[in-house]
Amino acid sequence: MGSLKPADGHASETGFFVTQVDWVVNWGRKNSLWPMPLGLSCCGIELMAMIGPKFDIARFGAEAARFSPRQCDLMVVAGTLTWKMAEAARLIYDQMPDPKWVIAMGVCSSSGGMYDSYSVVQGVDMILPVDLYVPGCPPRPDAVIDAILKLQKKIEREKPFQLLLDGDVVGEYDSGTKRFLRAPNHGVPTTGSHEVLPPTKPGRGRS
Amino acid sequence: MSTLERVVEALAGISHTVQKPRDGAVAIEIEASVVPQALAALRDRAGFDTNVFVTAIDRYPAEPRFTVCYSFLSTAHNDRVRVQARIPGEKPHIATITHLWPGTAYSERECYDMFGIVFDGHTGLKRLLMPQGYDHHPLRKDFPHQGIEPDRLYREWDQRRRDRSPLRSESEA
Amino acid sequence: MSTSSTGGPAAGTTRVQGSGATGARTTRTFEFAPGEVDRDDPLHGELMELNMGPQHPATHGVLRIKVVLDGEHMVEVEPDVGYLHRGKEKTCESLGWRKFFVHTDRLDYLQPLMNNCAYALALEKLAGMQVPERGQTIRVLLMELSRVMAHLIYLGTTSIDLGAVTMFFFTFSERERIYTLLDAYTGHRMNNTYIRIGGVYADVEPAVEREIRAWLDQFPKKIDEFEKMLTGNRIWFDRNRNIGTLTPEMCKAWSLTGPNLRGSGVEWDLRKKQPYSGYEHYDFEIPVGTIGDCYDRYAVRIEEMRQSVRICQQALDRLEKSRGAEFLEQDRRYVLPPKGLVHTSMEELIHQFKIVTDMALPKGEAYHAVESSKGELGFFLASDGTSHPLRCHIRAPGLMNVQAIPAIAEGRLFSDMVSIIGSLDFVMGEVDR
Repeated sequence: MGSLKPADGHASETGFFVTQVDWVVNWGRKNSLWPMPLGLSCCGIELMAMIGPKFDIARFGAEAARFSPRQCDLMVVAGTLTWKMAEAARLIYDQMPDPKWVIAMGVCSSSGGMYDSYSVVQGVDMILPVDLYVPGCPPRPDAVIDAILKLQKKIEREKPFQLLLDGDVVGEYDSGTKRFLRAPNHGVPTTGSHEVLPPTKPGRGRS
Repeated sequence: MSTLERVVEALAGISHTVQKPRDGAVAIEIEASVVPQALAALRDRAGFDTNVFVTAIDRYPAEPRFTVCYSFLSTAHNDRVRVQARIPGEKPHIATITHLWPGTAYSERECYDMFGIVFDGHTGLKRLLMPQGYDHHPLRKDFPHQGIEPDRLYREWDQRRRDRSPLRSESEA
Repeated sequence: MSTSSTGGPAAGTTRVQGSGATGARTTRTFEFAPGEVDRDDPLHGELMELNMGPQHPATHGVLRIKVVLDGEHMVEVEPDVGYLHRGKEKTCESLGWRKFFVHTDRLDYLQPLMNNCAYALALEKLAGMQVPERGQTIRVLLMELSRVMAHLIYLGTTSIDLGAVTMFFFTFSERERIYTLLDAYTGHRMNNTYIRIGGVYADVEPAVEREIRAWLDQFPKKIDEFEKMLTGNRIWFDRNRNIGTLTPEMCKAWSLTGPNLRGSGVEWDLRKKQPYSGYEHYDFEIPVGTIGDCYDRYAVRIEEMRQSVRICQQALDRLEKSRGAEFLEQDRRYVLPPKGLVHTSMEELIHQFKIVTDMALPKGEAYHAVESSKGELGFFLASDGTSHPLRCHIRAPGLMNVQAIPAIAEGRLFSDMVSIIGSLDFVMGEVDR
């Protein structure tokens, strides 16, 4: 295992053993992302193009698109999310096993985009935590591939073993703007407390 | 025989006014109470076999507030006709035409969803596009574009979901 | 003896009944009529309600279908649409005539330029404008390319649902080539927004024309490849033939248009019957089916792609002849002046300001429909003489196609649902608006 190098800064904070475990776990996770293509509208077609022959997402280990949320760890919200669809989207997110990441593809899912209307969710972070936002209407497949590479870098920085020792993992939720501000930093799956839900303690939670 | 002549002949005995719309199409206006008879006559006597759309125009605050527009196509004669009927804004309702053209069922449901116009006799008249339980009719002119509490139904569902989840009590204690 | 899978009584007690009823079950598969089901027979069990969608690979978008199943048979089918309802019509009312162009792309996002054209044609009808011949020709070229793009998606997704995964890659590599062409011409892969009132935004470069011609020359061979893959394929044939049969009367009653109507043998194509954009000058044929099943609709779409190639080639010939001619009507009430003139001419600056802030259309109503890849796509516009419409109704062919699902699916096997959904061919962006 001579070629395994821990990420910078890890060794000084925790023990060498823990960092190596983190590194191996992250290495496995980032190179086998299984996307859950939540193709809602126009961006769904570009998502298909990304999986298709020219752009070929298989080069980055993320070609195993599964339509069952139970088999996925990367949710790509591609397109306009409406309030009617929001229930289903949240349900799909809850059904995905931990650890899971979310890419908001296109301006509609990032912020509501051009649809400032009565039926559209103004950004998918109103209902679930998002790791990466990709602008564009729709973004080119290259942009989404770039997002997946950035997500891989983000996964590299996570500390799953340390989080197992520390305990709770939640995303940050702002009740004023009714938005998720920060996606969770994933630990090793445990039962119970790691479920990503907005905290409801007084002062922090939703009213 | 021109389209207009055919339409007028089919509508013999039913009061109607011929309109001159901007696009030069054949358009007539009839009373809301005679809609089923008039449209049945158009189908049976003038050969308009396909419904193109059913929609409404909201002329708020003018009265009568709503104009229900029907458009029909005759594949045999290769022409179209538009029919309009005006109905008041207070408890708007008009007779259904789904028994004449079954394909109008969704259009009428959409009209009910968006304008709140009740189609008497429509079996299964419920919202088409907005979720069931939604309070408003979005395409009315007095409804704001950004909506009124657009997330209410989702928040209610979300609260029920979190109440049900057994994992919550553990992490919130 | 696999009768225990029907549910109901425990496996141990049903064995005897099961052996007797197995024969009955097999015959019922062929003589199924929902009204005749004997509810007291324990083997028929209770009806099962199955929820298909809104997130399902075979519904082609966020369509939800509630299906009541008796065994493998669909007793009741109820589509539930609206999961992509973005409030387009309300948006048009609040944005105004001009800015709504961007939103029309996202209606049927498989063929953005077709929607652009339909909206532009309706606006021109309302404004009483003419489009220069070169502008019309470019529009025809773009519309036919869009039609091919939409049919390619139909082929790719339907065949991936029916088990031919390779087709998805075949069709997408062709779609990528069209994307590249449109990228070269318009600067964006999809959602181009390149049509304007009075014509198109910019002229086609000769180099792009050459590229399009090169693509057109090789595309018929690709269609042959698709056909080699599917047309004689036993699985494709069995899963499409005699399934989802629509009679011409049903089509007319359910307001179906486009390839679904033509698949039933009705020769109805707006490009021939009520020509627009100069379609009457092009030489092409309307393919029609014979019995109106899923297979006929597939065959019609394949042939339409070939006809589209013919139209594109003729359009390119016409473009070559009219090179340098005007492609945008210079009507300063509705058409923005060239940017260079705005910087130097006071008058043009005023025109630009007027159009951007307050482009009013005459009072009245207009409806214009085009033959899109799904059927009759129309815009019904009502204007009160201001810059914002009184009403903009989008006549979506997809909504009618969704509406027809129960009529042809009820009583069939559940596995036929995938073929039926695929062959009716709708896009939820357009259905829900």
